[in-house]
Amino acid sequence: MSVWIAIGVTAVGCYAVKLVGLLVPEGALERPLVKRLAALLPVALLAALTAQQTFADGRELVLDARLAGVAAAAVAVLLRAPFLLVVAAAVVVTAGVRAMGG
Amino acid sequence: MGEQKAFVDTAAGDGRKTDAAVVRDALGVGVAVGLSGFAFGVTSAGSGLTLLQTCALSLLVFTGASQFALVGALAAGGNPLTAAAGAFFLGVRNAFYGLRLSQLLALPRVVRPFAAQWVIDETAAVALAQTGRRQVRIGFAVTGLSLYALWNLTTLLGALGAEAIGDTDAWGLDAAGPAVFLALLAPMLKSGTERAVAGLAVLLGLGLLPVLPAGVPVLAAALAAPVVLWAEGRRQDGRGQR
Repeated sequence: MSVWIAIGVTAVGCYAVKLVGLLVPEGALERPLVKRLAALLPVALLAALTAQQTFADGRELVLDARLAGVAAAAVAVLLRAPFLLVVAAAVVVTAGVRAMGG
Repeated sequence: MGEQKAFVDTAAGDGRKTDAAVVRDALGVGVAVGLSGFAFGVTSAGSGLTLLQTCALSLLVFTGASQFALVGALAAGGNPLTAAAGAFFLGVRNAFYGLRLSQLLALPRVVRPFAAQWVIDETAAVALAQTGRRQVRIGFAVTGLSLYALWNLTTLLGALGAEAIGDTDAWGLDAAGPAVFLALLAPMLKSGTERAVAGLAVLLGLGLLPVLPAGVPVLAAALAAPVVLWAEGRRQDGRGQR
């Protein structure tokens, strides 16, 4: 039952923040500084998420096979590879390094 | 936002992508990320959630990082409200995407509650990379629809197959998440300002991870954007006085 409470609270909360963003009046966004900030916030969030999902194990920082996979993905991005290939490179290299005992 | 070189290879004469090129880019993201719902289904079922609970999360929450955070916290024995708070903090970033998207999509007010569920990292990244309202709308809708459909389908399959596949990390599926975020981030790093924001965000996100509760370091890393803007403003003021 408590799992369902967690699911319900998360679902309502996550939907509410999505909707709030879309409903903010347009006038509030016309100032150049707000526009600039709204464009830069996703950059900050995506960068932090990339780093955390590469190096985090719970609340500890670790170096493991994911780093090799993400590095492979970075090379694929620099080579302008299609999106699916970028993700596939990360998965295959990570699995390969782990298979070799890395 | 300007053109997005990593995804684009077809452009119309005015520098805007053709509809077909936008659809192809959007489907590329939607399919790639949608397939990673499999990893979520496996992880969630492996954390002890039922099939119904796992599918409810993908249908109702539909923001991957929050879903992973929630099942991780529940599996670690976290109290349901603390677990939900962590997942909620991770979801707050979607409000910032919505803030930007509402302007670019310019949707009628009655449509907004329906579009809201699709406001996530990937739809925002694809939509923001387009030029022109028509391209933005196509990018958002195609990414949202393909990702929502596939994410929920593969969540179901992943939960069903959790026991068959065994250790998902051995298959490297835990590297799909960061690779997705990296591919979405790269085209946004156009100038020194964007790179400074990204660099500072990485430092904040990793540096605060061991000391703050789950989900909070990512929000704190969002502060990189106003900090860099403030530093840039000060530098320009200094130049003006000289």
